[in-house]
Amino acid sequence: MSRAVLLCVVGLAAAVAYPLLVPNYLVTIGMLVFFTAFIGQSWNIAGGFAGQTSFGHVVFFGTGAYTSTILQVTYGWNPWLAWPVAMAAGGAVGWMIAVLSFRAGLRGSYFALITLAFAEVFRILANSVPFTKGGLGMLIKADPRPANFQFKDPIWIYYLALLLCIVSLLIAWQLTRSRFGARLVAIRENEDAARALGIDVFAEKVKVLTLSGAMCAAGGTFYAQKYLYIDPGIAFGVDKSVEMLLVSMVGGAGTIFGPLIGSFTLMGINEVTRWLASVVPALKNVQPLSLIVYGIMLILIVARLPDGLMSLFRRRPRHA
Amino acid sequence: MLEVRDISKSFGGLKAVDSASLDVASGEIVGLIGPNGAGKTTLFATIAGFHRPDAGTVSFEGKPITGLAPHRICATGMVRTFQITQPFAGISVRENIMVGAYFRTADRRLAAREAEAVAALVGMTDQLDQRGADLTVAGRKRLELARALATGPRLLLLDEVMAGLNPTEIVEIVGVIRNIRASGVTILLIEHVMQAVTSLAERVYVLNQGRMIAEGTPAAIADNEAVIEAYLGHGAAKVLRA
Repeated sequence: MSRAVLLCVVGLAAAVAYPLLVPNYLVTIGMLVFFTAFIGQSWNIAGGFAGQTSFGHVVFFGTGAYTSTILQVTYGWNPWLAWPVAMAAGGAVGWMIAVLSFRAGLRGSYFALITLAFAEVFRILANSVPFTKGGLGMLIKADPRPANFQFKDPIWIYYLALLLCIVSLLIAWQLTRSRFGARLVAIRENEDAARALGIDVFAEKVKVLTLSGAMCAAGGTFYAQKYLYIDPGIAFGVDKSVEMLLVSMVGGAGTIFGPLIGSFTLMGINEVTRWLASVVPALKNVQPLSLIVYGIMLILIVARLPDGLMSLFRRRPRHA
Repeated sequence: MLEVRDISKSFGGLKAVDSASLDVASGEIVGLIGPNGAGKTTLFATIAGFHRPDAGTVSFEGKPITGLAPHRICATGMVRTFQITQPFAGISVRENIMVGAYFRTADRRLAAREAEAVAALVGMTDQLDQRGADLTVAGRKRLELARALATGPRLLLLDEVMAGLNPTEIVEIVGVIRNIRASGVTILLIEHVMQAVTSLAERVYVLNQGRMIAEGTPAAIADNEAVIEAYLGHGAAKVLRA
């Protein structure tokens, strides 16, 4: 145990010191690592721990982004106040999707497909209803004051992303040692056996999707405040769903640190391939080099390390 | 304790259980036997809430439980195991049993302690840290038993816990089941191996083609013409007596 605690303390110290030592663009990359780990963790809680694989997690992300942005732009709310409302909205959407799909008895790939469909429906709606300004997207007026959830110095948004990531790690850690978490794992491993052992499978799945939706929506608001612009493609596009799923799977679905390690790895590949493309002339025209590397990496991981990179570190399971 | 009255359950055109009734009194070990495909597992699943019966009623300790969801039935104090074992494959035996123990407590330490106590009762102490997926058939059967037991039931429905075991393992698990009964748990068990049941049960019900065809002590059942014919075919009773 003490070795794990030591590692966490060292890691945390390094994460806190990092932005003080590197140029701004590296600070922003660090911010993206933690931000992606955070939304990845929101996927991991439902998809990894509880085994409810979603292909459309972006529906919660977009709900959060749009809720806080509309409250702010259209109704003049302070974004900090809009943030919890956005989370509640994401939780409500999670609750709704869970109730509808689990009442209908959808499991496994059917559930994954229905989440994908929900995300697409939301994207199309955001494109057509008036209060989202349709395809034009919504612009948040730049007014960089901390009280306004906008920061001039990228270091602050970095620390905020780090904080979100830590909170998500604590939630995941709590899942590994609580009854709720044990029940989620039981549901993932075998739903019938879980029911026989007195678990209200439906209620637990609704709970976890509500939690996951609220977390992911918090990420949506964060994103909107960082870039000050959202449109239906950004907020509800399928690539964010894939990103959340990918970092969890690459790092290790159903583990505490999986999404963080996955996010770190993917962002690293991203940067290294970008650098390679700039120095090796032959690679200059291989445009999305990072995507090619992602693809190869995903194939290797699915084939060789189905439990993700985390399984490289795992020792025998221990118990208190 | 358990009263099952005229339960019927069909799947499409097939009448899997046809107006079957049975009673279990507190403290008993009752057997439910019958040839393959007799409808034993369907009857069990219906009692435990996994199927909704087409007709008939189930009551447990005087309270009607017909058609309740499995987790609600578990909450009344009755829990089933599966013939085809359903371990939580990716987690340890200890964590498997803790899922059952969490039914009674939200405290992790208490659940872990309870899991160890139950593991000792079924003889799995040495396997606590093995993964569910790595167990042998005998280990999986014990795990089914342990998990169910950890929920703290007063009535345990065991679906063929001896099928697929070798003679030594059967002797061991018979001992385990006796211990469980001695700890105050009533047991209703399905077997299609007759000898296994006769060594354990005080009373036996025989199901054939969805119908209850006999009930009585194991000795009386073994002598029952309808039962012999159900197992060995029409006319078999006459041949055996000759």
